[in-house]
Amino acid sequence: MPLGPAITDLEQLKNHPAVTRLLDWNAGAVEGVKFDRDEMTIYLERESIREACSLLRDDPVCPFNFLSDVTCVDWYPSEPRFEVVYHLLSIPKKERVRLKVRLDSGSPVVESVTSVWPGANFFEREVFDLFGIRFTGHPYLRRILMPEDWEGHPLRKDYPVEGYR
Amino acid sequence: MAHLAPTPVVEPGQDRTMILNMGPQHPSTHGVLRVILEIDGENVVRLMPDIGFLHTGIEKTCEAKFYQQVVPLTDRIDYLCPLTNNLCYVLAVEKLLGLEIPPKAQWLRVLLNELTRINSHLVWLGTHAMDIGALTVFLYCFREREEVLRMFEMVSGQRMMTSYFRVGGIALEPPLGFFDRVRDFAGYFPEKIDEYENLLTGNPIWLMRTKGVAKMTAGDAIALGATGPTLRASGVDIDLRRDMPYSGYENFKFKVPVSQEGDVYARYICRVQELRESVEIVKQALDGMPEGPIKADAPHVVLPDREKMKTQMESLIYHFKIITEGFAVPAGEVYQAVESPRGEMGYYIVSDGTAKPYRVHMRSACFANLQTLSKMCEGRLLADVVAAIGSIDIVLGEIDR
Repeated sequence: MPLGPAITDLEQLKNHPAVTRLLDWNAGAVEGVKFDRDEMTIYLERESIREACSLLRDDPVCPFNFLSDVTCVDWYPSEPRFEVVYHLLSIPKKERVRLKVRLDSGSPVVESVTSVWPGANFFEREVFDLFGIRFTGHPYLRRILMPEDWEGHPLRKDYPVEGYR
Repeated sequence: MAHLAPTPVVEPGQDRTMILNMGPQHPSTHGVLRVILEIDGENVVRLMPDIGFLHTGIEKTCEAKFYQQVVPLTDRIDYLCPLTNNLCYVLAVEKLLGLEIPPKAQWLRVLLNELTRINSHLVWLGTHAMDIGALTVFLYCFREREEVLRMFEMVSGQRMMTSYFRVGGIALEPPLGFFDRVRDFAGYFPEKIDEYENLLTGNPIWLMRTKGVAKMTAGDAIALGATGPTLRASGVDIDLRRDMPYSGYENFKFKVPVSQEGDVYARYICRVQELRESVEIVKQALDGMPEGPIKADAPHVVLPDREKMKTQMESLIYHFKIITEGFAVPAGEVYQAVESPRGEMGYYIVSDGTAKPYRVHMRSACFANLQTLSKMCEGRLLADVVAAIGSIDIVLGEIDR
């Protein structure tokens, strides 16, 4: 199957259940959408991520009730530098959606979604450990994979592959 | 006789609990998991898993490799189901490239993935039973696992680190006699499952150690991110092979075992039933195996056959280019999930249009499943922790990456 171009027009995509729900709630929170390779991505404002997640989880039509994954991408040296990526799955409807929050390098802080899904705990700790993103409201935000006294955040692009020597 | 005087007894205060470290070298933690337990006598008050001992930075390493060089790294994440990881990674890259895979390669991938599931579940069953004290089952399971590993060796030359799948297809045609051997195995394996079940399913000691132990409700399981048999044993009917099919799974008929109890026994039953279903899928894959090529028609991505490379100039050039500078992948991002023996294995790959992945993230099933451990064990006996750890089937290589 040849690849089509990505659709980024909000008008064309507003019938997707997650997009509809979020637009109804707060159109200002949706910064952009992208439909590429059969996958839906919604860019959200930083302040609204926790509420958006809790809204999508409890949606009566298409509940995205399962958090598959939380991770991060570092776009160093461009700004906003970090993209925190949430993959949501709807177990009843078998749908996936990807939420993204962009953070600049000056204040890589975003609200934790552990109050929505306790399972976000380890994922957010991993992102904190490897990227240095801070999640406010996380119950136990400490390094998880690297040793407690490790310097730096290994998955950042300005961190050398061989580590600091 | 001063040395025989009784040692002074500390007056019992408010604080009755003590901290106990289980692992990282404890045999029942299946690798190097450290579990910090706060116990009150024999009762677990709080439990916290401590991980990271096997962290090797595979995600970082991937960013410095060409797309095709990442495949061997994916073996090393979950060393009990290397082919599932291979599959998930190549599917993600193929989705990024928009590649169509020939049917024979898809069916071979399904066949080998189900054999991998059998292999992984056999290791789980053997070690889990051994943790609880049923030593014999381990030997029975490893007897059949050996046969599966020999089949992997036949196709890929490796027993465990197979790296058999390639972006765009499969590395080599399976050798002569491979399908007969698999058919033979699929014929006698269900009897062997009966043998394991004879040893365990009705065994009163096994029932006492597993029934009603480490219970988890469906709501908790979903909230904590559990997937795979750990989730299905709590009554949530989801299996990515059936519900969001990949690699041609929509052509196969199989049942998805679900239990309602959510205890260790339910997880055991789910996995044993899955063994039987896997055999069915293997049989269907053998019967319906299509003819045709095993590699996609994409010369800039797939390495040419050795023979062509030696006789045709163009193939030689493509070979040289793929090996030395890799192949460029159009910019974009995908999240591809497959049903691994442990649950949802997902690869999130971001491409910036070059020959090396910009970011590879592995969503490992055990990493999320491990979070359920506290819920299962708090308020229960210390001995149940061992049963609970075994029942979520963790592989530390996959958790720490």
